[in-house]
Amino acid sequence: MNIRIRIDQIPKESYSLPGNAACQGCPHLIGLKIVGKVFRGEATLVIPAGCSSIIPGYHPYTSLDMRVVHVPFASAPAVAGGISRALKIRGENMGPVIVWAGDGATFDIGFASLSGSAVRDDDIIYIVSDNEAYMNTGVQASGSTTYGARTTTTPILGKRDRKKEIDLIMLMHKIRYVATASVAYPLDFYEKLLRASQIKGFRFIHLHSPCPPGWRFDDDKTVEIARLAVETGAWILFEYIDGRLEISPPSRPYRDKSRRKPLKEYLSAQGRFKGITEEDVKIIEEMIDQNWRLIENLMSYFK
Amino acid sequence: MKSRERIKTAMIGNHAVAQAVKMARVKFIAAYPITPQTIIVERIAEMVERGEMEAEFVNVESEFAALSTTMGAAMAGVRAFTATSSHGLLYMYELTWWTAGARVPVVMAVVNRAIGPPWNIHTDHNDILTLRDSGWIIAMAENVQETFDMTIQAFKIAEDPKVMLPVAIGLEGFILSHTAEYIELPDQWEIDQFLPSRDPDKPYRFRLGEKFSIGNLGEDANHMMLRIAAMKAMYNAKKVIEESDHLYEKIIGRGYGGLVERYRLDDAKYVLLSTGAWSGTIKDAVDMLRDEGYSVGLLRLRFIRPFPTEEILKTLSGSKGVIVFDRDISLGKSGVLATEVLDYVDRDISFWGVVAGLGGVDVSSKEFASIVKGFVGEVEREGFTRRETVYYLNNEVFEI
Repeated sequence: MNIRIRIDQIPKESYSLPGNAACQGCPHLIGLKIVGKVFRGEATLVIPAGCSSIIPGYHPYTSLDMRVVHVPFASAPAVAGGISRALKIRGENMGPVIVWAGDGATFDIGFASLSGSAVRDDDIIYIVSDNEAYMNTGVQASGSTTYGARTTTTPILGKRDRKKEIDLIMLMHKIRYVATASVAYPLDFYEKLLRASQIKGFRFIHLHSPCPPGWRFDDDKTVEIARLAVETGAWILFEYIDGRLEISPPSRPYRDKSRRKPLKEYLSAQGRFKGITEEDVKIIEEMIDQNWRLIENLMSYFK
Repeated sequence: MKSRERIKTAMIGNHAVAQAVKMARVKFIAAYPITPQTIIVERIAEMVERGEMEAEFVNVESEFAALSTTMGAAMAGVRAFTATSSHGLLYMYELTWWTAGARVPVVMAVVNRAIGPPWNIHTDHNDILTLRDSGWIIAMAENVQETFDMTIQAFKIAEDPKVMLPVAIGLEGFILSHTAEYIELPDQWEIDQFLPSRDPDKPYRFRLGEKFSIGNLGEDANHMMLRIAAMKAMYNAKKVIEESDHLYEKIIGRGYGGLVERYRLDDAKYVLLSTGAWSGTIKDAVDMLRDEGYSVGLLRLRFIRPFPTEEILKTLSGSKGVIVFDRDISLGKSGVLATEVLDYVDRDISFWGVVAGLGGVDVSSKEFASIVKGFVGEVEREGFTRRETVYYLNNEVFEI
């Protein structure tokens, strides 16, 4: 599916409005802004517990000009599946049902619901806006937190467990669409949402969302940090569609390791890695290399 | 009351639920298997796959997902049903509160089963009573016929705009779920007349171009207002339950009297009180006792939420003694029903709260009669007795 978007083709209307309760520099707002524009507000967002339970603000006001259903932490894909099936039964032709979840709801507490929903091929788009910890409750480590990162529950040594490869787990559910995205590459995310929306069934998009207070960097650096993650190869943008897996254009140069920026640039820009040992940096680097090998191998498998 | 002949069909409780779900023209069912509920969902799946039932049946990975998915479907305007039991109900517990709080008219059969440990698949009422404070309307069936009728009526009650609350129907594991009884099935046109199709726009409008936000953060006072609104809906439900029962009787020819059923109570000095399937056994005990000259009758709670306060007050006033039979226990207090009924038993009226039958322990009508005789004997001998909790096990009434 060859969909290419220029920035002047993106609607000017906004469906994620100012006056919301997000922190300054919040990456979720970038993501929500793009989601709103792609579907011109005609989407039903199912939001489990997390930062995005707070961001829309206080009733009777809401900053999200879309249909929004807030639900318990672990339930979002199952509720969304129910809604989507009911609308089909009723013959209501509406925009997509989208789960907008954080990493805690996806990697950890809602993992069974996520897997079940994918197995049932619920006709929904699942977006995990991944800020790599439980930010809403005050930066506790999740199954998504990067090895070595300090959080309030890994306060001194940094996280000792590795990050779960959620995308590959979803890929192995044999669903039709899996992609990673980044808030630093809005056009890439926009195109991926468009392509995903033209497919029926369970679609999974993993959005990398650096969090200023949680990762401890200045709140005007969100996009910069997200871009560094791609440029250092720490975050790989790829897309699985029509049975093919491809590395997305922004990440393609970094298949060649020599073209990647040094990993330390990415790590040292974040307070959560302050004081990290050389040994841990090596371990993280080795993990990144492993991921690249895995993706490259999958590329030659799904081609 | 219609008097025309109907064909009687032998049916187990679980099949009666499935049949009622079909005849209520439920459009969406999601469920996860647990003994003794499984036969309900197996039967529904079979009817859907055979094309006898025009509905979507979804297999999910847990009870938590079962209620999540069912709630989602019901939120988006279709008539939706799920069923569970015991541990399954506990596993979906968070969603039970959300479903009620969001005022989503889901109907759920709870096939009553003891909660472990130890593992036990037999009945008691503690599982469904965990819903007591959640905002679910809680009904308990006495027999297979009532299980069928209650399931049909549950949709009417849940979807009433004055109510908009989920309904749980308790039917007891094995005693009702797996036991065949003769029941009368109404015709489909009669059910259709009683239960028209659901208004998809209540309580939420999922329509192209419409926006809303469900469950958004709000002021604390707003939270409390919503709780009070749900309480009002519970009060409204009392009337809607009665009206539904009357309408059902008018169209289908069988009525139960609403929130409670009164059995040989009119001149009774002693009032027995119970809920669920063993009420049938207690009725036999009442008959036996009446034959022996005891002045006793039974007040059976068909609904535990909304609580039939007025009916209980009316029945208990002027009585000489009250026994509540609880097949459940609130550890650290007493039987659950005893706790609730005690509020309405004057200090000078004799009272026993009898906890029995936990974990499926069988209690026969003779045993019920002997417990009542013990109670009446004590009242007549001592002039008064008041025991908030006594236990009955192995032919013995005792305190601890």
